Amino acid sequence: MIATRIDIIALSANVVPFLMFMSQVLQLLLDGERLSTEQMAEVLGLSTDDIDQELDRLSTDKVLLGWRPVLNPEHADQGLVRAVIEVKISPEREGGFDRQALRISRFEEVDSCHLMSGGYDLLVVVKGSTLHQVASFVSERLATIGGVLSTATHFMLRSYKEQGYLLVDGDPEDVRPAVSP
Amino acid sequence: MEPESSNRVAQHVRSLPRSGIRDFFAIVAQMPDAISLGVGEPDFVTPWHIREATIFALEKGRTSYTDNRGLSDLRREISNYVETNFNVDYNPEDEVLVTVGVSEAVDLALRALLNPGDKVLYHQPCYVSYHPGAILAHGQPIAVPTQSDEGFALNPAALAEAWEPGCKVLMLNFPTNPTGGTASPEVLRQIAKFACEKDLIVLSDEIYSELTFDGTHTSIATFPGMKERTIFLHGFSKAYSMTGYRIGYACGPVDLIEAMMKVHQYSMMCASILSQDAATEALRNGKDSVAQMKEQYHRRRDYVVRRFNEVGLKCHLPGGAFYAFPDIRSTGLDDQEFAQRLLSEQKVALVPGSAFGADGAGFVRASYATAYEKLVDATFRIEAFVNSL
Repeated sequence: MIATRIDIIALSANVVPFLMFMSQVLQLLLDGERLSTEQMAEVLGLSTDDIDQELDRLSTDKVLLGWRPVLNPEHADQGLVRAVIEVKISPEREGGFDRQALRISRFEEVDSCHLMSGGYDLLVVVKGSTLHQVASFVSERLATIGGVLSTATHFMLRSYKEQGYLLVDGDPEDVRPAVSP
Repeated sequence: MEPESSNRVAQHVRSLPRSGIRDFFAIVAQMPDAISLGVGEPDFVTPWHIREATIFALEKGRTSYTDNRGLSDLRREISNYVETNFNVDYNPEDEVLVTVGVSEAVDLALRALLNPGDKVLYHQPCYVSYHPGAILAHGQPIAVPTQSDEGFALNPAALAEAWEPGCKVLMLNFPTNPTGGTASPEVLRQIAKFACEKDLIVLSDEIYSELTFDGTHTSIATFPGMKERTIFLHGFSKAYSMTGYRIGYACGPVDLIEAMMKVHQYSMMCASILSQDAATEALRNGKDSVAQMKEQYHRRRDYVVRRFNEVGLKCHLPGGAFYAFPDIRSTGLDDQEFAQRLLSEQKVALVPGSAFGADGAGFVRASYATAYEKLVDATFRIEAFVNSL
């Protein structure tokens, strides 16, 4: 597998309001450069212990959820099939959509799951190694869960941007003269 | 025959020295693997929404000349922007002129204002074009030195000392390239008072104003009696990372803008319509992009300045722009020697301070419009170089 970028963080969904007040460490990570703990310490004028402590805090507070690489889904070695599933479910008294959404989310095949406004309730992104595997998951596991009223499956054909990274042109070339006024 | 001594070239052009930047560029160009902190432009590519607007303009077939003054939509946006952000009100009809970068605006102003022999005060170290710009307009430039321990702000007493009869124009550039120096409202108030007393016209190049990190930027045009004697110069290169678009503007009193317009219409005619459309988009929707870029420059500044001081190269905290200007005299080397040896021994390019005027001697300019990874590497190399001396 080829990683287009590694060390890219997965942030929890409720992080956006937090960004206004985020730590310098988090801000550095979000700038998107791949910096080691030592480099982050150097840039911020802190010790590596300080950086580790802050990263631990971000993990404990579930602001920082993980450190998965962002992979290029277009790379041939990946062989991933991805589909977006629109799911309609009937909400439950006192629980709303949460119980069923969590039940769906726990499947390994499910990459992400979001409650949506509009014409359907849940948007579920499913991954599998073959088209057949994803189709089976949807028809045999997802659609059969109690309370699921309907599903509409859309297979992804090609990706152009993945988690903020352009897949087509890549980074622009730096054509600036080495010295300028 | 030496080309410089050729009588075919006008005397005042022959008298101009070669740019120190150009000389240094020739050396750095031979070392493609060097880390360059010598770049005087942002490292961010122009935000996509601005580039996309340019493509759309091209698709629509907007490839014509425009009104000499610039597109009316753009002039209105400029007028609104300057009023909202700088608190100065200019009529888009006759007090705003769109130019090919601020460089053209500076040139137009000097050519429109100066009679042969008129004197032009400017603070030094400064952007490389001010001194030659005055000479090319047949003026006589007079440098006012600024000091590191004053953050390279223009000291009103030094200005008064440098003044002499025949001074007509005062050029200001805060935040300053190459020092990152800014001027406090109090200093500007004193300079404004002096300008009124001496009947000076102020050319205020505020191209780096959005990149002011400490406090808020104040334009000298806001002080009493100043709007009528100030030409406010600004552009899109730095804040919106649009250097290659070559688009800027001048705002000022009707008679002065009209005079600049005359020179502009007979020389440049108008700025590129595509750049004007892009600039309109930048002013309408670019606020967030500017804030994001500024935030990154701010953090890099703090890092670079701290590292220069740790290494033993005394560096004032620049209040704006994206340059640090450390003092290298403690090394015993002059700035040319320092820059050349650093380049050959550690492969890091900085610009010798004397390229920005005699008062920049003993300093070097380090642009931090560079990714962190390179900045960190460069500062370690600089440290190794300084320790080896």
